Amino acid sequence: MTNVSIMTFNILSILPILILSGFGMIVLLVDVLSSRRLGEKNLLAYISLIGIILAAIFARSPAGTTLFSFNESFAIDNYSLFFNFIFLLSTGLTILISHSYIKREEINHGEYYALILFSTIGMMLMAAGADLLNIFIGLEVMSISIYILTGFKRSKLISNEASLKYFLLGAFATGFLLYGISLVYGSTGAINLKQIASFIASKGGISDPVLLMGMGLIIIGLGFKVASVPFHAWVPDVYEGAPTAITAFMSVGPKAAGFAAFLRILITAFGSAHDEWQKIIYILAILTMTTGNVIAIAQTNIKRMLAYSSIAHAGYLLIALVSANDMGVSGTLFYMLAYTFMNIGAFAIVIVLSRKGDEFIQINDYAGLGFKHPLLALAMTLFMFSMAGVPPTAGFVGKFYIFSAAIKSGYIGLAVIGVINSVISVYYYLRITVIMYMKEPTREFAPLTISPLIVAAIAISVIGTLHLGIFPSKVMEIAQQATLMLK
Amino acid sequence: MLRSKNAADWGNVSEMNKEFLVYLVIVCVKILLVFGVVQLMVISMIWLERKIMAHMQVRLGPMRVGPHGLLQPIADGIKLLFKEDIIPEKASKLLFVLAPAMAMVPAMLTFAVIPFGDAVKILGYKVDLVITDVNIGFLYIFGVSSLGIYGIVMAGWASNNKYSLLGGIRSSAQMISYELTLGLSLIGVVMMTESLSLVDVVNAQAKLWNIILQPIGFFIYFTSAIAEVNRCPFDLPEAESELVAGYHTEYSSMKFAMFFMAEYANMITVSAIAVTFFLGGWQGPFLPPVVWFLLKLSGCLFFFIWIRSTFPRLRYDQLMHFGWKFLLPLSLFNILITGLVIVIKG
Amino acid sequence: MLAYLFYIVAAITVTTAVYLIFEKNPVFGALYLIQTMVSLAVLYILLEAQFVAAVQIIVYAGAIMVLFLFVIMLLNLDIGEETKNALPYQRIPAILMGIALFTIICIVIRSKLLQGKQDQYTTAFVQGVGNTKLIGNLLFTEYLLPFEITSILLFVAAIGAIMLAKRKL
Repeated sequence: MTNVSIMTFNILSILPILILSGFGMIVLLVDVLSSRRLGEKNLLAYISLIGIILAAIFARSPAGTTLFSFNESFAIDNYSLFFNFIFLLSTGLTILISHSYIKREEINHGEYYALILFSTIGMMLMAAGADLLNIFIGLEVMSISIYILTGFKRSKLISNEASLKYFLLGAFATGFLLYGISLVYGSTGAINLKQIASFIASKGGISDPVLLMGMGLIIIGLGFKVASVPFHAWVPDVYEGAPTAITAFMSVGPKAAGFAAFLRILITAFGSAHDEWQKIIYILAILTMTTGNVIAIAQTNIKRMLAYSSIAHAGYLLIALVSANDMGVSGTLFYMLAYTFMNIGAFAIVIVLSRKGDEFIQINDYAGLGFKHPLLALAMTLFMFSMAGVPPTAGFVGKFYIFSAAIKSGYIGLAVIGVINSVISVYYYLRITVIMYMKEPTREFAPLTISPLIVAAIAISVIGTLHLGIFPSKVMEIAQQATLMLK
Repeated sequence: MLRSKNAADWGNVSEMNKEFLVYLVIVCVKILLVFGVVQLMVISMIWLERKIMAHMQVRLGPMRVGPHGLLQPIADGIKLLFKEDIIPEKASKLLFVLAPAMAMVPAMLTFAVIPFGDAVKILGYKVDLVITDVNIGFLYIFGVSSLGIYGIVMAGWASNNKYSLLGGIRSSAQMISYELTLGLSLIGVVMMTESLSLVDVVNAQAKLWNIILQPIGFFIYFTSAIAEVNRCPFDLPEAESELVAGYHTEYSSMKFAMFFMAEYANMITVSAIAVTFFLGGWQGPFLPPVVWFLLKLSGCLFFFIWIRSTFPRLRYDQLMHFGWKFLLPLSLFNILITGLVIVIKG
Repeated sequence: MLAYLFYIVAAITVTTAVYLIFEKNPVFGALYLIQTMVSLAVLYILLEAQFVAAVQIIVYAGAIMVLFLFVIMLLNLDIGEETKNALPYQRIPAILMGIALFTIICIVIRSKLLQGKQDQYTTAFVQGVGNTKLIGNLLFTEYLLPFEITSILLFVAAIGAIMLAKRKL
């Protein structure tokens, strides 16, 4: 027997992942072993929350500095830690808003929580992956969990359709990504991002068409995951068909994970070839913003409107990617955090207002909400203002950082287009506010079934949105530290 | 190239030198020999099965043709040859004809890697008594045997008959389920041998047979092997009382005979694997290795017949539950225990 | 000699793949796909990757394709059923884009041979250690993390299959 030398790895570096997978399995086991009479399954939500909190506690670099483990394929740096925090936050908020929702929709299975936890593992791997293999596997774990969660309302046709559509298109996108990875591997002989970077640097830039094509295919694959135009066709249908809590989750978590991988691959591995990919991303950013915002205006269904708004936000984040400077990266981190709060908050309110068998998701249904439930309407207004980028909310600060990053890199035209798009978006975000306060109710509001968990979620979102808007400097400082580690 | 160990010294393949020619001849002779022996065994198995089962059930079995019905298989063969070969009108012709061959071929292919004796010297050339010793023998067996399903599935579908189709679907579900445990049951042996080559597996059993070290593995292997070749008590694909004759309902004449022979060839194959992995292969005192191999093989085959005449057929859901809920966890447990013991022993 | 073998097998692979696309009968389509898979396994063997070849046959030809056939038979899809083209306007652009993509790929591939970093895993080295052993070593050392995470991936997929397909939960 030849001796196999197990390379040294720091088990602490993957502790959050281990904790989450452990808790995912505990949830499944408790679900199976607990008797049916415990039926409420409150316990499962609490177990999952404990798992998330524990993971958040242990999600830090063991040595306090950048740590590469598993043969340099897994990076624990401030960048991945910041993203881990975003993922755990969005997962936690999702579980808070899911709890009453899945009970009402009668999809209260233990697998729901387990799959959310597993998909978080995938996201963490994507953000921390320092080689293409880890990023790919992370992406698959995340995506497959979410395909299933999308189809969780098994008896509803629309949910099945969404799941199938997402799965087929997602599998296609994965194919592109994988083909890209294989071409990159073929032309550089490495899957480690740093080694790819040093290979490109040694050749003095990308002159190899194979490598260029590989890079292009990777951009397509990840572009699909972050829902950029023209790879966005799945978004509205999937967002509409999925259980609302999952819509909230997938508009935040996977998008953040996609951007985490996007930034790390493009800046770390293809950093010295940024001229090539900046042109592509430049066009993608303009298309994504404009398409998302313009189509969102025409929507009458709030879930579809939020879907297009999520496309538009992906466009803003792509601006940060184009600028590819430290400010752009920290802007992305900040924006993603802000977006987590405001988007999940908005979806939480959609969930609170919906009833069993009646999703209550036409925008006109919200007429008169301001008089009937003033607090909810106020929170909704805040989230809408924040998404539109009105000060003093988190959305404003995030957009400010992103646009100034673009200007700093000399993309003034792009920044101007971004600002114009923000102005367009004000129309449809404010329309909801207008309808809530200025219109007579067209139909009756059912008595609300408010669970303390969802109230907590809304409260956290409100506080987060306001805090990031009024005191951004502390978080921004952390985000800036995160970017230093990337290159 | 899938280069076998003793062929590694061919050197440049384009040079058709003498050594390569000799190698080619030896391999061809070995293939023909193994093929012939297996066919012979298939024929004798048909007679033996009828005789043994008859005696177990306190009757005599075929007695008319030749002494103790010894020539019965030949009579059967002639009868089958002269029967009308019917292809149903609405059948898918190509697949209908192809299916019996597809059932037969994988069963025969497996023998390529099974060692049936130690190396011997013939006319100054060292000849390994195995057609080819590849270093992925274990994987090769499963690759090839997993293709065996197609014959049955194709037959079931091409016949355009609902009983055939149900039989085909049943058998494919059954074979997929049991292939898993079949593979996992052998992993324990592979872990102990640290090689996927079947020659190494046999050599490692010179002192102690694996059946003593891996009793659970052997039990799982044999059980799932019976299911894999669709033998009683797992012969649901051809449960007469429910499905007429299962996937070969529409087959007649030699095509039917091919399925019949494929079943027996499969039985011999899985028995040969059992002998190789658990019963020490050709290892044994006094007698020549080839004889030992054949003896052990016959023992296994007898066991198959014995089981057939002893156990009643299972119900389909029982079969599936047994496979997934009992055998599969048990085989995983076996792997775990084997791994633990290996680690503890260092 | 090996080069000729390669061309023959490659021709079979491509031909069956083309047949797969144009075959109207789903059962025959699946059988062509099986042939494609097996031919690919032969190509892997020609590339000295015996382990991958064996796994290719076990997983694709042996397991996945059986399930394909299984489903096709259970659904009892009719032979040669003409379906209406749901997207008539996409047909011509799709063909044009396909040709364009194919051309680009051809140009790119022809432009130069792949010149990746030469690794320590040369053919001679792989033959010395053994294909399977080498892959095993790499999986449990260098690629331990992705290997282990894959178990979560499979677990998730299994949960998904049960969640989405089981009749009664």
